[in-house]
Amino acid sequence: MLAKRIIPCLDVKDGRVVKGTNFLNLKDAGDPVEIASLYDKEGADELTFLDITASHENRNIILDVVKKTAEQVFMPLTVGGGIRGIDDIRRLLTAGADKVSINTAAVKEPEFITKASRRFGSQCIVIAIDAKKIQGNSEAQKWEVYINGGRIPTGLDAISWARTIEKKGAGEILLTSMDFDGTKNGFDIELNRTISEMVNIPVIASGGAGKVEHFYDVFTKGKADAALAASIFHYREISIQSVKEYLIRNGIKTRIYK
Amino acid sequence: MIVIVDYGMGNLRSVEKAFERFGFPVKVTDNPSEVIHAEKLVLPGVGAFRDAMDGLRQRGLIEPVKNSIRSGKPFLGICLGLQLLFSKGYEDGEHEGLNIISGKVVRFDFPENKTNGRLKIPHMGWNQISFMKKRIPILSNVPNNVYMYFVHSYYVCPDDESVIATKTEYGVCFTSMIWYKNIYATQFHPEKSQEFGLTLLKNFGNL
Repeated sequence: MLAKRIIPCLDVKDGRVVKGTNFLNLKDAGDPVEIASLYDKEGADELTFLDITASHENRNIILDVVKKTAEQVFMPLTVGGGIRGIDDIRRLLTAGADKVSINTAAVKEPEFITKASRRFGSQCIVIAIDAKKIQGNSEAQKWEVYINGGRIPTGLDAISWARTIEKKGAGEILLTSMDFDGTKNGFDIELNRTISEMVNIPVIASGGAGKVEHFYDVFTKGKADAALAASIFHYREISIQSVKEYLIRNGIKTRIYK
Repeated sequence: MIVIVDYGMGNLRSVEKAFERFGFPVKVTDNPSEVIHAEKLVLPGVGAFRDAMDGLRQRGLIEPVKNSIRSGKPFLGICLGLQLLFSKGYEDGEHEGLNIISGKVVRFDFPENKTNGRLKIPHMGWNQISFMKKRIPILSNVPNNVYMYFVHSYYVCPDDESVIATKTEYGVCFTSMIWYKNIYATQFHPEKSQEFGLTLLKNFGNL
């Protein structure tokens, strides 16, 4: 049976990891390659780099980071952030990324999803959805899609957008709850369950992980296929290993790697 | 020299780096003559079946790959490189494969399950491989039921079941690796499967 995946995410800016550098025994705690290697040893199932480099001149630095990581770490690597066109994807994949994660460019031009998945295969096209609850009195909960790193609301309904991106050829959805992100109060179970039941492609839950129990909840009640977290792994609050041990003790299929 | 065939389908760097890590001389090429003269051939690839066959055809690589396999030199297919060995693929219509192994490549097709929902496609992530044969040379020092990394929506159905080296459970019990004489091919990605995936590649290099 397929194992549930635990995916640490690194925020990379100008080639350096920008948050969570509380790593012991690292020569250079801001070096994404060294941290990637550490997560590899700890049994991460995949790695995600989110490139938050702002300046255009420094956009190529991530390619070098990906190249060096792919030389050291033999596990799936996803890179997101600032992907605008087919050429950006090609460069990242050539550097050694296995998947790319796209948000804003997909919302602005949904056909881009189709073009990208036809060109490179849908398995490497992850569409990231940043979703925020719409406050209202209606029976069914709704969420709105945001772009530009959560700064701009789009008016798109997250559920119908998830269906659209599946039809357009996305291979996976990276679903971040803006309401729960950073709270450490757990994943947005309702959001994840709703989207995961609606589509037939894997959903990676993101935003809100604070305790091992949260991972259990998002895999059972939330129906997620994978769970992504950044700060709790960065700040060494929880190890990947302890998440996996907890999941296995509670009957969730996951991969222990030593 | 291990030669990795580049026919425009996906990231070949990880495969190359894995062999380099163990000190094997390795080259990525789309040159038919280098493919013909390879001591060992690796056919990786992700993407669509037809695009892959077109990619091989346009570069004049179909006969060189087939000849290398027929000559008995060690061959390793990875993911699409496994599927292409088969007679026919059914991704967007029916397409001829390399026809080295008799059988077909079909899509996962799962019915709606009211209690648990439907299994997702692609089959993406870590799953276990169960050995169907003893002493598979490239699985030396790899434990039975080990997790390997998969990303695919199609799987192979060989006519002759004796070529099946490992099987994996995902809604159906599908063939996750074949071994027939000098031909090894995996549905999973050893180059993405950490320690034991690397062990497999090292074993291949040592054949």
